[in-house]
Order: sequence, then C-alpha cells, then structure tokens
Amino acid sequence: MYRSYVLVCGGTGCTSSGSLKIIERMKDEIKRVGLQDEVNVVETGCHGLCALGPIVVVYPEGTFYSLVKVEDVPEIVEEHLLKGRPVKRLIYDEESSIGPKSLTDTDFFKKQYRIALRNCGVINPEKIDEYIARDGYEALGKVLTSMKPQEVIDIITKSGLRGRGGAGFPTGKKWQFCANVPSDIKYVCCNADEGDPGAFMDRSVLEGDPHAVLEAMTIAGYAIGSHQGYIYVRAEYPIAVKRLQIAIDQAREYNLLGKDIFGSGFDFDIELRLGAGAFVCGEETALMTSIEGKRGEPRPRPPFPAVKGLFGQPSILNNVETWANVCQIILRGSDWFSAIGTEKSKGTKVFALGGKIHNTGLVEIPMGTTLREIIEDIGGGIPNGKKFKAAQTGGPSGGCIPAEKMDIPIDYDNLISIGSMMGSGGLIVLDEDNCMVDIAKFFLTFTVGESCGKCTPCRIGTKRMLEILEKITKGKGTMDDLKKLEDLAYYIKDNALCGLGQTAPNPVLSTMRYFKDEYLAHIQDKHCPAGVCKALLSYNIDPNKCKGCTLCAKNCPADAISGTVRNPHVIDQSKCVKCGTCMDKCRFGAIYKK
Amino acid sequence: MICRRTDEGEKMKTLEELKAIRDRMKNQIELRDDNNEGRIRVQVGMATCGIASGARPVLNKFAELVQQKDLTNKILVTQTGCIGLCQYEPIVEVLEPGKPKVTYVKMTPEKAEEVFEQHLVRGQAIGKYTLATQDIK
Repeated sequence: MYRSYVLVCGGTGCTSSGSLKIIERMKDEIKRVGLQDEVNVVETGCHGLCALGPIVVVYPEGTFYSLVKVEDVPEIVEEHLLKGRPVKRLIYDEESSIGPKSLTDTDFFKKQYRIALRNCGVINPEKIDEYIARDGYEALGKVLTSMKPQEVIDIITKSGLRGRGGAGFPTGKKWQFCANVPSDIKYVCCNADEGDPGAFMDRSVLEGDPHAVLEAMTIAGYAIGSHQGYIYVRAEYPIAVKRLQIAIDQAREYNLLGKDIFGSGFDFDIELRLGAGAFVCGEETALMTSIEGKRGEPRPRPPFPAVKGLFGQPSILNNVETWANVCQIILRGSDWFSAIGTEKSKGTKVFALGGKIHNTGLVEIPMGTTLREIIEDIGGGIPNGKKFKAAQTGGPSGGCIPAEKMDIPIDYDNLISIGSMMGSGGLIVLDEDNCMVDIAKFFLTFTVGESCGKCTPCRIGTKRMLEILEKITKGKGTMDDLKKLEDLAYYIKDNALCGLGQTAPNPVLSTMRYFKDEYLAHIQDKHCPAGVCKALLSYNIDPNKCKGCTLCAKNCPADAISGTVRNPHVIDQSKCVKCGTCMDKCRFGAIYKK
Repeated sequence: MICRRTDEGEKMKTLEELKAIRDRMKNQIELRDDNNEGRIRVQVGMATCGIASGARPVLNKFAELVQQKDLTNKILVTQTGCIGLCQYEPIVEVLEPGKPKVTYVKMTPEKAEEVFEQHLVRGQAIGKYTLATQDIK
C-alpha cells in the first residue's frame, strides 16, 4: 500500500522540457533510498501550467513543484519523500507565499472549474483502472442498462451543451437530427484535428483523459443507433495518438468497447484515423472526406453530415472537448450542467492561454467569466509591466477583444456580438508591443497557406487580402486599399464554401473595427505605432546619451554603425537591417526606435 | 503490489464488476484529492532523528490503516520535519480542525494502531502517549 504519490506531468509541454527523464530518475532515486513500496510515481496528463513545466505534484500533501530539473530529483526524494521536508525553492510561488503550497491554493486554479479537464493531471491516462476509480464508464453503464436512446439525447439537449469546436452548435440537436434519420449504418466521429495556432486543449484531454472521449462516443453511438466510431486525430500529436490507442486496447480488453457491452446487446467499436495536419480537415465535411481516404476537401452543405456524412451514411461529429463533457452530464444530470454558465452558453470552456501572459497554459472556466478575470487573476497578468492591448480568440477564424471590452462575460453570443468568436479556445494575449496590422497579417498568412484551393473566394480572395496587408505594413498602402480590403473581406465571408474561408477575413475585420487608428497610422503617417513593421521604423542613436562605448558597433551584424571611441555613434540607415541587436546591447538606453 | 489485477483480461459484463474495480482503486485516487478541508492531518516527524528512531514504520502503519479502512477522504497522513524534541521521536502530531493539536511521542507501529483505533476513529486522544504526560527535562 502506497502512502504517497508523485504525479509527474507527461503532457506534451512537460515532456518536451524533460519530464520523462524526471520520471525515470525519480523511480531510480526512490529505489535507491528504499521507498519503492511506499511511494508510487505516476505519469499524468497536463495540469495546465505549461509555462512552469516540468511539473511534479506530491500527494497526499498536494505540494506543487514547478520547473523541476532532473538534477533536482534526488533532493525531492531525500528531503520531501524521505524526511518530509518539502523543497521550498522548487515550490510554485505566487508572489511570495511561504510554506508548502497546494495546487488548489494557487490563484491559477482557484477560479477554475474543471469538468472537461477533471482527470487531467490526476490520473494515469494509460491505466483504465484509474479512470474507473474516478467514476469512469459508470455513465456508459447507466445509459446501457437503464436508459432509452431518446432519454440520452433529451438529457444532452436539456443540459444546453454546445459544440466546443468553434461555432457552438447545440450538441443534443445534432444528435437528434442524426437519430431521426433511419439507417442501419451510422457513424460517430470525434474531431481531434485541433489546428488553431496556439490551441492545445483537445490535445491535453486526449493525453490526460482519453477514456472520457471513448466513453462519451460509445454513449452517443447508443443514442443515435451507431456501432462504429472514428477518432480523427492529427499525427503531430504522437503522445495523444499513443495514449488513445492504449485506451482503446484496454477498453476492448474489458469489453467496454466491443460486442454486447455490459450484457446489453449493444455493440460499439472505435478506430483511430491519423490526419496529416491540414487545417481544413477540422471542417466537418473535409474531415469525413479525409477519413474516407480521399483528399481532405470540404463539400457544400446540405446535405448535412447528420443526414449524409461519413461514407454517405448519417453521422455525427463532435470535438474532443465536447465529448469530455458528456459523461459528466449523464452522471450529474442536465440541471447540474445548465446551472453553470450563462443563459445561452452552459457549462465551462477550456482556453489555451498564450502570448504576453504570465501563466501560459490551460485553464477551464465557467462560461460568463470575464476576460479580465482570465487574464489578471488566473493568467497572472502581463509580464514586464506592459499594457494590455487586446486578446485574440478563435485563432484564424476569430478576432480581437480590445481592452475596453475586457469586462464582457465570455460566452458564444457575446464574443460573436463583439466581432470575435469562441473558436476552439485559443486565447492569445497581446500587449502594447504588438502591431494589430501585423497580427492580422499573421493569421491571414496562415489561412492562405491552409486554404485547400477548392473554392475561388478563399483560394484567390485571401491571397489578395494578404497582398494588401503586406503593402500596408510596408508603408505603401493607400486609403483605397483599406476600402478594397474591407469589400473583399465581406465578399469572401459571404461566398466561401466552408468555415475556413467564411471566417478567414475575421482577424482583419475585427482589427479594422477596433484598431482603425493603427491601420491609418501605417497608411497616412507611414508609421507603425507598436514599432513592429520593419519597413516603417528606423533605429537611431541619441548623441546626448551615447557614451561611445562601441558595443553596438561591435555587435551590429550589418556593420551599419560607425563612430570612434568616446564619441557618439551613428547608424547608417541604408545598411541597417533593423534586427534590434544594438538596442538590446546598449547599456545607456541611447538607441531608440521611431 | 497494490495493483492486484485479478480480473485482468476478463470481460466485464456487469455494473457490479465495474464497481469492484472502482472500489479497489478508490483509495489510491482519493489520496490525490486536493481538498484537505475538514480532513484530520496526521503528521509524522521524518527528519533524520525521526527516521533513526523508527518513524518510517509508524508512518507506513498510519497510511496503511487509513487506506484499509477507507478513510483517505477524512484523514491525511503526511510527514513533517524535526520539531526539535529529538529524544522523543518518533513524534506524531494529530491536527483536527477546530481542536487543539495532540502530540504523541515515542511512537511505535503498535502504538500507532492504538492511536488510529481510539483517536482517529473514535475521537478519543490517548493521554498516556502524549507529550503532556511525558516528563520533559
């Protein structure tokens, strides 16, 4: 019997910063001091505080260690596990807390409400028994032994659960449509083709709690009358793929997937399909086409997948986070779920916090939480005392939320009303050093690259928009371009074939709406207010501050700086490549951008 | 040794079988609960002095009993450092919300069993093992 558990995060973030080596060393050290029968090391999914990884949590105390290195392991073992003295220097420290800090005591976790992420960082995702211990497969048992398919759909409908993949379509309604179509063959699909830059919540669920997705898909299979599920997961998520396969194998071994599940006569099985990472394959018709083994391109709707989907059969497709909510709704009831959140957006949403924010990572918050709470309380604010400018949500399909809208409760409808969208949940924080035109250009570059090329508005239209943006950031834009950009944006929105094209202009439209002044500055004053667009800025030396130390000249890669010792230096603008090295190196703050 | 998977490879047919797995795994998982509010805290002194005088078997005894009796959600067994009374080690402190701290000294696994039964389960501190009744010179 173990008295203590050491949980080491094995999510992608922590793995890339070396957590697997920590696990190995931890096991060795524990054996060396003879604690192997008392302390168990568990590899878990993501805790959410990816910026501070690798993360190690020691239970029963719940001591939260961050930024752990392999060299720290012997100290943790000898001091904490053997002698009971937590290693203070490694404990996650918000401001200046004293003493051992438990996970739930931190501001980062206090305001969160974990439903989709409830098992992430708690269980070992490669052990089905640990999932079962956290009420795993109980929802499936309940559904198969005591509920009719229609009752299952009714609970999901009543809960108010909406798709977490982007558009927010009511999940129960989707299931109902498909259930209503008579057919012997139907399919249940899981969209794990998470492609928004900076979004990784689906990956974390798959890595930390894969069985929750399998169980929910089986429940949906029963509800709509399907016997086969497919998970379309991107091949760039090797850990998620591996754990999903382990989970499927274990579920089959226990007959929680397979024939006659729980002796109910219901058969269901799930297979994985790996995507090659095309963004468009996150669109439902393209995803299904890709599962069929064809080139991943969207097709016009209707017919909707609920009527004619995968292999021409009625199918439903939900994204990973949506699935992760289903079992809890079945177990705890639709009233429990619909009590969380706002009027039209129920439950919680997972956001991947990134960009200019202290706590980069994953957070799950009740719908209706304000952006201010997410950024200032949970996210720990913006580093280096910089000023908040905007938050970008919804990735390449979404838009920006400016500072003046920070107190709007976040839900599907509010985000759309201010010109952004929930998207899959990427939340990138921008500060005063970010140029909004440049941000719009970044996202458009992404969509231009990811456009499948099937329809003209998206293939050619987005490219033309990008060219105009490039012109503006080079200081060659005209007021006419701005008008053309806007017209094109609305035209593409109305005419593109699928969601990718229809939403591609959003980053441009929303930045033009809230940060028009920055566009105007680029066009009229030939000036980039944030100092990002290289063509519009120059580095200069203030002769009054320059001491003539020669450091800038020595470090300049383009030999653009000249001057003699103890005399003010000068930058030759024709040679300068605007790399900013001189500014970083100057000890007297004599170099400035304008 | 804890992961006895007797039914490994067997097909699960009933909800009872699912429940059996859940019950078997419950204590392992509850130990990872962060909600320590209202839990009784049993702290075993595990500094060099504590370990030298036999604190580890005491700690393990408590951990074992708590898990065996399904009390992991009520009692937290943890370690602490040296509290300075090295000659009285192994020292065990019982902290119960809303009650004064009880400190047991010179513990053994056998005494631990008594403390578990009488104090932790029935709520009666065992006076004769506490610090107050020992002479501190």
